Amino acid sequence: MEPIIEFCDYSFKYRAQKEPTLKEINLKIYPGEKVLIVGPSGSGKSTLAHCLNGLVPFSYPGESSGSLKIKGKDPKEEGIFGMSKLVGTVLQDTDGQFIGLTVAEDIAFSLENECTDQKEMVQRVNETARELDLEKLLDHAPGELSGGQKQRVSMAGVMIDRVEILLFDEPLANLDPASGKRTIGLIDRIQKNDHTTIVIIEHRLEDVLYRDVDRIVVVGDGKIVADMTPDALLAASVLEQEGIREPLYLTACKYMGIPVTEERKPQHVESFDLAGMEEKARQWYQKTAWVPRQTDTEELLEVKNVSFGYTEGQQVLRNVSLKVKKGEMLSIVGKNGAGKSTLSSLICGFLQTADGSICYRGFDMKNWSIKERGEKIGFVMQSPNQMISKAMIFDEVALGLVIRQVPEEEIKERVHHALKICGLYEMRNWPVSALSFGQKKRVTIASILVMEPEMIILDEPTAGQDYRHYTEIMEFLKKLNQESGITIMMITHDMHLMLEYTDRAIVLADGQILTDDTPAAILTDEHLAEQANLKKTSLYDLAVKCGITDASGFVERFIQYDRKEREHVQNSEI
Amino acid sequence: MSRILKYEQKNTWIDELTGVTKLLFFLLWSIVSMITYDTRVLLVMLLFSVVIFKMSEISWKQVGTVFKFILLFLCLNLIVIFFFSPYQGSKIYGTRTEICHLFGSYAMTKEQLFYEFNIMIKYFTVAPAVLMFICTTNPSEFAASLNRIGIPYHVGYSVAIALRYIPDVQEDFTRIKNAQAARGIEMSSKASLFSRIKNTATILLPLIFTGMERIDTISNAMELRRFGLHKKRTWYSERPLKAADYAVMVFLVVFSVGALILTFRNGSRFYNPF
Repeated sequence: MEPIIEFCDYSFKYRAQKEPTLKEINLKIYPGEKVLIVGPSGSGKSTLAHCLNGLVPFSYPGESSGSLKIKGKDPKEEGIFGMSKLVGTVLQDTDGQFIGLTVAEDIAFSLENECTDQKEMVQRVNETARELDLEKLLDHAPGELSGGQKQRVSMAGVMIDRVEILLFDEPLANLDPASGKRTIGLIDRIQKNDHTTIVIIEHRLEDVLYRDVDRIVVVGDGKIVADMTPDALLAASVLEQEGIREPLYLTACKYMGIPVTEERKPQHVESFDLAGMEEKARQWYQKTAWVPRQTDTEELLEVKNVSFGYTEGQQVLRNVSLKVKKGEMLSIVGKNGAGKSTLSSLICGFLQTADGSICYRGFDMKNWSIKERGEKIGFVMQSPNQMISKAMIFDEVALGLVIRQVPEEEIKERVHHALKICGLYEMRNWPVSALSFGQKKRVTIASILVMEPEMIILDEPTAGQDYRHYTEIMEFLKKLNQESGITIMMITHDMHLMLEYTDRAIVLADGQILTDDTPAAILTDEHLAEQANLKKTSLYDLAVKCGITDASGFVERFIQYDRKEREHVQNSEI
Repeated sequence: MSRILKYEQKNTWIDELTGVTKLLFFLLWSIVSMITYDTRVLLVMLLFSVVIFKMSEISWKQVGTVFKFILLFLCLNLIVIFFFSPYQGSKIYGTRTEICHLFGSYAMTKEQLFYEFNIMIKYFTVAPAVLMFICTTNPSEFAASLNRIGIPYHVGYSVAIALRYIPDVQEDFTRIKNAQAARGIEMSSKASLFSRIKNTATILLPLIFTGMERIDTISNAMELRRFGLHKKRTWYSERPLKAADYAVMVFLVVFSVGALILTFRNGSRFYNPF
């Protein structure tokens, strides 16, 4: 069979860069295959995707050498428009790529540009909508849709062209775990029903492997480092070297001394063959100690019977009560629209509570201004670009103090102190634009820390970050929590984050607190996970498989063991 | 949250009309009411405007703020006219009937009052037409209409796309404003006007950066789906003209011609009761 995509000694260098981003790529993808491309940020995996749809070299110019053929055609000659008939691209940003004012118009967009007759357009939109279960949403505006629904609209918008290749650029980045799982299921169905070739770019390996993929291509530093079946790859050590996180259940197996080999089919936890090693797992569980973490008993924040609605009769939050202790690191989880952002907005004073009260150290904050609250509880937005307004790092961090008319000497001292905590002191005179995403994030955190708050709320601190950057940001927050005693509350979709870095999670669903428990307990409760659009952890399945009844305890032990292991690795690296 | 000037479907007969008809109404109505100073014509038009506005079932929430703004502007306009040319009315109508002397060389005349009254009804005739056009026309249908009357589709589409992303940008704005407020950058009425203007930069800059990220995504997404492939494009939401559309258009043309004939019959644009 002829490959549908064929890279032959292909290299590409962006015009603005010195070094090529892709170096001598050799890759063949055959019709009907499902291929996952993984790699850390900056490895070149996105560039590889852009080569397929023509954004490289047309939107992002540069020089290439070697050859690339897609269904026998050269993208350089076809242009973006020509390629779009062969390759349908679903971008990462579910909201930004929604062009039409309604679902139907967005699906029809490419047909409109083709001057398709209106009658045919309506018919084809209806057909595609039926296939993707969007029929009932046809006249909805993007604002009325969930992230998962918007993504399905984007898929419909490219599938309407009857493309032979579907390219997904980080399809899971903006979705909650349950929606992500549904997306992977849907992609699998499309591949099987229509024999479409599927290329997925993603670094969340475990989540993509919810359904079979034929091959995994690992990209590292512009080269293809590995190209093998999932089972073979998971048994090899490439992932670890490239800084891609392996599925949690495999990490657990390694800790327990259960060898992961290709023959045992490690691709899914369900099919993973433990072959008589269950006893080993049980032994590990028994001998591993578990110490419950001590938290301060001093109460910092109390939310009492808070209800809130933007419009009359529609309550976004209903009778929510919770307490936060000093020095805690906790997460707020739940699907989009469950009320997570509303709750944090109420705490920060962006919204005013009508019912109930929010107390800080026992004082009702009702009459505190946003500014006054900001001095006690800092708020860090998801993207640093949403906060940074000064060109220089020092000025950005100093902003809050300058406005409060703090004496210059003191500003200097406090800014330097905050920059030292955030590991940015050496760069204090740099422009912000010279920093990486993770460093910018630390700048925004530093700009909050200068006001010496006792608590910080972070909205999705690691969204869109690969494993290395995720670890960098989270380890920093952990250090901040442990060494400076700052209470940290995070709004997140990331189950790993919640499990590994927080001791307590509050699950919101439909404006109410569904549960308030340890992440390990929540993620091993199938029923609860479903209600809140979460996903139970694969460690739970592993525990069940090994006959360990206390799945939650098993997960707790794994997390503590894992923390120690990683600290060990980090220390030895230093 | 209801946004001002947002298109809302109401299922009235006005909603049923196509964008082209409404665009024509909006254009003719504005042109005629701008040209004519014939009070009789203006009063008939005002009556129509009010009745049609009522029929379109536009809620006060949609237009209230804008309407207040128009009123403010109208008052300013009337006052300014009086101060700059207090005898404009007399000049137009050729007579001078003083009601009372005010101060200096300023006196209130019946002619001036009548003249300014005409200006006022012009405002009240055009304002509902504009608001109604905006609030009852589906933006993508509007883009299609512009294209149908010969304007390149790129122009119409950029309007439609701006409308598509306005809610997103508004949301970004609120979020950025809140986060900056928590850092102490006060934008509420507590802060002085000067510091509020100065503080706007701390919101605008991040807003521009987020906006640029957005534009990058949109332009890629549009190109990947072949926007700009041909000189023409078709429209999913375009609607065929129906009997009602033709009826309204014919009425509009007849009315406009009639109104203009009536206006110019006596040789000037003004109706003179004096």
